[in-house]
Amino acid sequence: MAGPAEASARKRASDEPHPTGDERFSLIDKALRKARFQQDQLIEVLHAAQEVFGYLSDEVLLYVARALRLPRSRVYGVATFYHLFTREPLGEHSCSVCTGTACFVKGADAIIDALRREHGVGPGETTEDKRFSLTTTRCIGACSLAPLVVIDDDVLGHLTVEEAVKRVAAMLDAEPTPAEVP
Amino acid sequence: MAAPIDLDDVVKAEREARSRFVKRALVCTSTACVTAGALPVRDQISKTIHDAERPDICVVSTGCPGMCSRGPLVRVEERGDQTTIYTHVDEDGAGDIARDHLLTGKPVDNVPTMAPDLPFFTRQVRVVLETAGRIDPDRLEDYVGEGGYRALARVITEMAPEQVVEEILLSRLRGRGGAGYPTGRKWALLAEAEGDPKYLVANGDEGDPGAFMDRTIMDSDPHRVIEGMAIAAYATGATKGYAYVRAEYPLAIERMERAIRAAKRAKLLGRNVLGTTFSFDLEVRVGAGAFVCGEETALMASIEGRRGLPVLRPPYPTEKGLWGQPTMINNVETLANVPAILNHGHEWFANLGTETSSGTKVFALAGSLEDTGLIEVPMGITLRELVFDLAGGIANGREFKAAQTGGPSGGCIPARFLDTPVDYEHLRDLGSIMGSGGMVVMDDTVKMPEVARFYMEFCRDESCGKCAPCRVGTEKMYAFLDRICRGVGRARDLAHLESLCRTVRATSLCGLGQSAPNPVFSTLEHFRDEYLDLLVEEEEVNGATA
Repeated sequence: MAGPAEASARKRASDEPHPTGDERFSLIDKALRKARFQQDQLIEVLHAAQEVFGYLSDEVLLYVARALRLPRSRVYGVATFYHLFTREPLGEHSCSVCTGTACFVKGADAIIDALRREHGVGPGETTEDKRFSLTTTRCIGACSLAPLVVIDDDVLGHLTVEEAVKRVAAMLDAEPTPAEVP
Repeated sequence: MAAPIDLDDVVKAEREARSRFVKRALVCTSTACVTAGALPVRDQISKTIHDAERPDICVVSTGCPGMCSRGPLVRVEERGDQTTIYTHVDEDGAGDIARDHLLTGKPVDNVPTMAPDLPFFTRQVRVVLETAGRIDPDRLEDYVGEGGYRALARVITEMAPEQVVEEILLSRLRGRGGAGYPTGRKWALLAEAEGDPKYLVANGDEGDPGAFMDRTIMDSDPHRVIEGMAIAAYATGATKGYAYVRAEYPLAIERMERAIRAAKRAKLLGRNVLGTTFSFDLEVRVGAGAFVCGEETALMASIEGRRGLPVLRPPYPTEKGLWGQPTMINNVETLANVPAILNHGHEWFANLGTETSSGTKVFALAGSLEDTGLIEVPMGITLRELVFDLAGGIANGREFKAAQTGGPSGGCIPARFLDTPVDYEHLRDLGSIMGSGGMVVMDDTVKMPEVARFYMEFCRDESCGKCAPCRVGTEKMYAFLDRICRGVGRARDLAHLESLCRTVRATSLCGLGQSAPNPVFSTLEHFRDEYLDLLVEEEEVNGATA
């Protein structure tokens, strides 16, 4: 018998509110339908869920487990095995420094050290005010432009340490803090 | 149901369309050029041409022509084979190129150009990359117009599956993912395997940092991979295929998916391909950031939606693979070689390259080189030619120190072996491997023990944790390397490191652990002095820590 989560994901009409009370789940439902509820598409569904929520909370994992009728251990296992899935919310902005071989040769470490000094967070950490996360990635395959840094969704190549620090600062300044919004 | 595509009609239509254009602007929209700002450049050119109402000028978004270090690249082709390649194009430059060169025929002199006859281009032999950089990867018709899908059409109507396997065997094509297993033999194994369904997987989990061959092939010419897969499926009896692409390559994923949809609409994939009894379904599966998933048993676990943990072989995937069924895993570049082999014959292919390594190899050149990017050369070319002729030598006037091939599973080749031919056997004899084709060149500022530490850190992070030799061993090897690099290592740390490297190599479950010590072995073999210089005497350490 299909569980209530699966039934809801399959049948609910588009104008009905989502039973969880959070409309973002309807985007996971869409991914589930695209995957035709096949259990082997768990990774695809988790990618979609992380895209929507920014990270994979317990609630999201349980929802996916029920919808795909998979053991919770299996969903948790997959979510924690792969590097691209995160169980913690990231900051509002993120900077991901590529640490592939070409970027290593071209000084990615110095960029990470400079950002660490500037913002007080190391790779995989988020500042206390939740505004900024520093992460690393292993090669995005554009090695000719090394060293590479991904600031939010912008990929920037041939960065010097100073430029990287400046670009991150500009990103954090670009958006007014909530107090300044009229 | 739509009728199958008529390849001849498309070729004719493409040729006619092409003859109407007096000029074509080819803008590279592969990953590196997009990163460097190619999309606004293309839009600027398109808009200018569109506003000027000039249907005789066409703007094409192409895949990668190779010279990534000088991107964004815009190539202007005029009637009479006049070609200009603009480099480092920005939006202003794009406006100038469109207005002056394309509309009025006056070449632009304030945007840098490069000659189309640089050794970087002329020394290449492009088989896999034949149409990359010349066609729009998002248009099936572009690929068909260049002779695409012709091999598939001929194979499924005129050849028996055994003949196709025989052709690949005779071509002596070997796996381009690194290990170099004869592709024809693998195909024969799947063809002979009992079981229904049989699966075919294209391994596009190019996790080796510094390598971007497969990414480029998929984002620049996805239909070539699809055609290669369809031919492989016909030859082996596979009915379902997966293209497994790492999630770090969004553009490759998008273009592969779009190409598969177009091929299905044209009846080049799906049920009854081109109206024959041959059926082959294909879909893309996306990774989620795990280097170990390049290992074939781990990759299959990932396709099944599980943790990517490797298992012992045998049984090999061709006996027992995805969902327990016979499965064959070929690298993306291997499959992309297939259409050309069927078009030109096995003799042509076997005559390229060397005795043991036939054909060409795509290399991703990166690191301290004047020019970096993607090239395809015949097997057997020397490292010296690659580094100094094609890539223009070492950047910033520095000295060549080492070329790293094979990534975390490979090794570093020092200057005294620059004249070694690059093929599977010679690289192995030097303590490195061909690997998938990543080549990172290092200049004399790079410290080799730090390179070894870098790769060991990578392997430590990527170890899946299933077997103890790799899980614990990579951690301990990293610790020894870190001590040595920080200048607090002693002679016995080095001795322990070497002994541990031998143990991990001999006892790990899968290729990740077995090859993780390779960068240490190879840097120790060729650059041992650098390690010895970093070691401290026992007394010094005792004094410092007392």
